[in-house]
Amino acid sequence: MPRLNRDSRHVVRFRLNGRSVAAEAEPRMLLTDFLRHTVGLTGTHVGCEHGVCGACTIQINGRPARACLMLAVQVEGASVRTIEDLAPEPARLSALQEAFRRHHALQCGFCTGGILMSLDAYLRAHADPSEPELREYLAGHLCRCTGYAPIIAAVLDAAQKLRGEGTRRA
Amino acid sequence: MKPARFDYVRAATLAEAHAVLAAEGSDARVIAGGQSLVPMLSMRLARPRVLVDIMRLPELAQIEEADGVIRVGAAVSQSELLDWPQLPARQPLLAAALPWVGHAQTRSRGTVCGSVAHADPSAEIPLVLVALGGGITLSARRRRRAVFADRFFQGAMSTDRRDEELIASASFPAARSGHGYAFREFGRRHGDFAIVACAAVVSRHSTRLAVGGVADRPVARDWGNIAGDALDDALNELAWDLDAREDMHATARFRRDLVRRLGRETIIEARRCLA
Repeated sequence: MPRLNRDSRHVVRFRLNGRSVAAEAEPRMLLTDFLRHTVGLTGTHVGCEHGVCGACTIQINGRPARACLMLAVQVEGASVRTIEDLAPEPARLSALQEAFRRHHALQCGFCTGGILMSLDAYLRAHADPSEPELREYLAGHLCRCTGYAPIIAAVLDAAQKLRGEGTRRA
Repeated sequence: MKPARFDYVRAATLAEAHAVLAAEGSDARVIAGGQSLVPMLSMRLARPRVLVDIMRLPELAQIEEADGVIRVGAAVSQSELLDWPQLPARQPLLAAALPWVGHAQTRSRGTVCGSVAHADPSAEIPLVLVALGGGITLSARRRRRAVFADRFFQGAMSTDRRDEELIASASFPAARSGHGYAFREFGRRHGDFAIVACAAVVSRHSTRLAVGGVADRPVARDWGNIAGDALDDALNELAWDLDAREDMHATARFRRDLVRRLGRETIIEARRCLA
């Protein structure tokens, strides 16, 4: 049984944004710090550090999760996706990001990365979300700038666009 | 807000997890989804010498129904149980309460049994377990035992689990014919801790109401098929018996009032489901 010693760093191997990554972490290192300081991806923001604000939300095996409520060593073998992977290519935004821009669904942007990762996972499972469902889902995120209404408008718009694209392809 | 140092054991078998707990006793903590434990580590409210991760044990990853009981293994997340297709039909109370547990973003990792182990007095899953008369299976190196929920929860964040034991599963009695179920909660925002949560289980002859968020653990009370003034009196008596305390979220008086009003609504809703 592997017992990782508290005083050493240990190699953690996992998939990050579609690529294999191996990096070292102490057992006590939070996934947020691991992603930001060890791996160097700073798009995952650290807000409250106890799971309330939602700024650090990423996707683990396709599901939204708080990076601050995980240890780096827990993602061994998992597939992790962060905000850096959301845009399909440099200088081109995803439909959801584009809708956020159109609807002014962000101002300072601190919470936005977490909200986008959460909603990206949600839209993949719910192509036609209702406003009450979205409001309940967004309760897992704090945004002090927008008042949330532009965010709801952006998601509904993005969902509609994504459904439209789907129809054209079919 | 960083955890103190600890060793980390990724258990590959249940026996390995038992061995660490047997050797380290109260210096070891089990981690599953970590949605309650990691904040406690970060705030250094918990400073274990070793963490035992049980999330990779296949024998703990099952949802099984047998003999009228839904058994949920310790590695099953709240969202996995919520997504279990049979849930609304097999136990509507659990299906109604789970969406109130944290947020979708924490339910994806938070486990059903982790909430039971944490034993927060305002938590929904312990409340449902007490309302249904469910139980908890604890396992240690050479022992296994089952405890009824009302004896397992002993106070705020305090349970009957011994240092060498881990929670293997929680058992929720499935819905029975001739019974109605309802769940209601009041909090400041959806996903916040409940100020008062109520779960009702009723039949034509019986009324059970379990209340969370008021006493130091979920408390259930049984009556016959009472209504009108008799129900109001019974709810009032329960509200006072729970010994509500004042905190930053609500006064004791407000909590007692919520028990009376929310309790009544929950019972009435459960009776409506009887028809």
